[in-house]
Amino acid sequence: MSAVSYGMVVDTRTCVACAACVIACKTENDVAEGFSRDWIFTATSGSFPNLEMEIRSERCNHCEDAPCVSVCPTGASHYGPGGTVQVTESKCTGCKACIAACPYDARFIDPRTGAIDKCTFCVHRVENGTPTTACQEVCPTKSIYFGDLNDPESEVSRLLRTRQAYALLPDAGTRPKHFFLK
Amino acid sequence: MKRRQFIRVGSYGAAGAAVAGGLTTDWYGRYANPIADPGTDGDRVVPSFCELCFWKCGILAHVKDGRVTKIKGNPKDPLSNGQLCPRGAGGTGLLYDPDRLQKPMVRRDKRGAQVFEEVSWDDALGVVAENFERIKAEHGAGALALFSHGYGGSWMKHLFKAYGSPNIAAPSYAQCRGPREVGFDLTFGSGVGSPENTDIRNARCLVLIGSHLGENMHNTQVQDFADAIRNGADIITVDPRHSVAASKSRWWLPIKPGTDTALLLAWMNVIIGEGLHDRDYVEQYAYGFEQLSEHVKAFTPEWAYPRTGIEPDVIRRTARAMGAARPATLVHPGRHVTWYGDDTQRSRAIAILNALLGSWGRKGGFFIPSQVSIPPYEYPGYLPHDDQAADRPAPSDYPLADQVLAQGVCDATVPGVVGDSRIKAWMVYGSNLPTTLPDPENTYKAIQELDFLVTVDVLPAEIVGWSDVVLPEATYLERCDELFAPWWREPYVAVRQEVVPPMYDSKPGWWIARELGKRIGLPEFFPWKDSEEYAKTRLEAAGLDCDVMRADGVILGEPAPLYFEEGALPEFYTDSGKIELYSPKLAALGFDPMPTYDHSALEEPPEGYYRLLFGRAPVHTFGRTTNNRLLSEVYRENEVWVNRDVARRWGLEDGERVYLQNQDGKRSSFSAPVKVTGRIRPDAVYVVHGYGRRAPKLRFVHGKGIDDNELITRYKVDPIMGGTGMNVNFVTFLRADDLEVAS
Repeated sequence: MSAVSYGMVVDTRTCVACAACVIACKTENDVAEGFSRDWIFTATSGSFPNLEMEIRSERCNHCEDAPCVSVCPTGASHYGPGGTVQVTESKCTGCKACIAACPYDARFIDPRTGAIDKCTFCVHRVENGTPTTACQEVCPTKSIYFGDLNDPESEVSRLLRTRQAYALLPDAGTRPKHFFLK
Repeated sequence: MKRRQFIRVGSYGAAGAAVAGGLTTDWYGRYANPIADPGTDGDRVVPSFCELCFWKCGILAHVKDGRVTKIKGNPKDPLSNGQLCPRGAGGTGLLYDPDRLQKPMVRRDKRGAQVFEEVSWDDALGVVAENFERIKAEHGAGALALFSHGYGGSWMKHLFKAYGSPNIAAPSYAQCRGPREVGFDLTFGSGVGSPENTDIRNARCLVLIGSHLGENMHNTQVQDFADAIRNGADIITVDPRHSVAASKSRWWLPIKPGTDTALLLAWMNVIIGEGLHDRDYVEQYAYGFEQLSEHVKAFTPEWAYPRTGIEPDVIRRTARAMGAARPATLVHPGRHVTWYGDDTQRSRAIAILNALLGSWGRKGGFFIPSQVSIPPYEYPGYLPHDDQAADRPAPSDYPLADQVLAQGVCDATVPGVVGDSRIKAWMVYGSNLPTTLPDPENTYKAIQELDFLVTVDVLPAEIVGWSDVVLPEATYLERCDELFAPWWREPYVAVRQEVVPPMYDSKPGWWIARELGKRIGLPEFFPWKDSEEYAKTRLEAAGLDCDVMRADGVILGEPAPLYFEEGALPEFYTDSGKIELYSPKLAALGFDPMPTYDHSALEEPPEGYYRLLFGRAPVHTFGRTTNNRLLSEVYRENEVWVNRDVARRWGLEDGERVYLQNQDGKRSSFSAPVKVTGRIRPDAVYVVHGYGRRAPKLRFVHGKGIDDNELITRYKVDPIMGGTGMNVNFVTFLRADDLEVAS
């Protein structure tokens, strides 16, 4: 395990599904038209008038045991800084094995390059002196937290210690590093 | 199931590959994996403020190679605090909208036929000036009217005032916030303004009545709303629809539409009856408590139950929650409040409830805002208005309207509707009247009566197609505007700066107003070189540093006390100098001095019809943004929210397309998919406003979804201030498949 392990925590209690994270990601990362690296998921349960709704801002889970990395025949999908999962465009042949392997549906082909695109946890920012991801920076409800899961003093670690949290599809066995606060 | 199995197989292979792949190099081991930088950081970053809605958040626009790559929040700005809503972040979608108006145009066929000829600015402005001068000479300046929405409209308002026309209307008053301002002004002696002086972030109990924060994305309010959630505030949401805010609330009260005032009266009944109100505050600051106590005695929760559908026990428990948290209980005044025609009185009831809870001027209620004072630009002085605004036959109609009624100006254009026909020409700035004023047919009728219509806009909206002259304005990222110094928690001044030069042949509003002013004999009202020089003159007069302003985008003023307990003065600018629970002013005008509720005035939907409600999606500012391709990636078309049981009865499936038809037989121009949901009452349907666009040159959004406004063929006018209550229409479903087969 690398010294730093980047992870993300989204507070579903305060997220209002505005999708500012989606738009900010698109402009920060110049994401292809018609595609996005993050998205909003809402789950409603119950029936009128006894309803509950949970809202999540979702993206690549940057799994520790990432099936996209293991299935990649060219090494384009790889573990990058802070244990993030990255794709090197020049090595990607667009074979889509990783799209099929990803349990979170986090990947797509960028039609401009023919290569895989997905969330990078904004490593171009966080590895170069800007400690926030674009989605976190824009979030008007401050529902998105990003930081080092290996640092017990980090905000993400503190939240995971003090609040009820869960990851999506833990049974997929990929050890995701993206969590949601209840 | 299949997919899962595949994943499991994939995972088995993972361990080996991960080891073989290593952590940082490729499997050949020859090339390191670089960190790809998308390269969107600007080589210039220009601070300005946003215009995707009217909240005016501070932004930082990144410009690279002359192109705006991305827009961030300005951390120094007290409205954005460095964060933005999706619209603000998506401003480039407006700047680079391929459907933008590019050149001045003059109409060459009948109105609405969309046949235009591109002309030079000189020619276009010449035509406008000639028509203005002719109409002023024949009928007086009062025959000209301006409709305006958006901050750049300040230049056009200046032009109209200088020309002597009193008919300066904004649909944001009588079609939106007006009743609230009047209701609060009657009670506290001040409206809540925009941005509102609501202290949401410190509220321990927050009551939202039809206010869908989170879907309505006024940035600072939503930031504060999240703070309130984090602080564990008790949130009570009253809404026929399970809004996002409702999902964050401890209590969701799915009220029967149109009965809110009954609930508010019942809350007052419990709060006064159980002694939950702030006695000291009421005694010290309020007038008419005894009359009010007497008045609300009959409005018990049991009385309210059959009217509102909210159980007495819930009314009592929520009233107690409000009482327990006072004075940090904020009953939010809402924003778009023109619903049922009794809206001033409902807003009064909200204001009175706040007064009982002692929340005005108190932490967690309403803070007392302050403002940086900037001297106005010195002009020779506006001409006195030559007559009253033509929006109503006599000033005694809608006596407390303190702004011009947009629908009144529209009506005053048609002979015989509002006394003598007086309005002959309109200038429409950034205000798409056919989707803004209720009943577009009425608006089109008025347009046909006009001698002249000129539109200043960024996009080819519906109103553009009906115009005689179209003047393409530069977007907010391409122009410097009037300074912005709001009444707010932190007093400050913000500047809008030109981030990139205007594209195409578009021009900023100040330039259009000035050039037109010169042509209609008003050069002395436009002595400045440009808006930058204008802003600089004002800033210097206020002793503010223009260089700091240019670099930071904002200058903060001296903070003032926010609450009475911190030293803010408990001053109420009513006639009595007190908070008026009982309003002698309303009594003198023949209105109820305290709000009442008349259940017999509430119309029930006919069999098979449902009340049409409308609201917002977080990525859109109604029709102003629905053609924005970037924002539309998140929300492309509106849906008709239909209660699950209703859908079952109709056999409607989720995603099935329907047209809506209202009680007067008016059918929507286009269809929209049904959203089958438990999140709405069975007696109402809901759509997001801003779709069903009929303007063909809005190539992206044209024909998508349903326009609620064309189904608003009826509205109830608020007798106090002339607001148009628009939630009084009922619709039924027509299956798109059936209609297409029939045709």
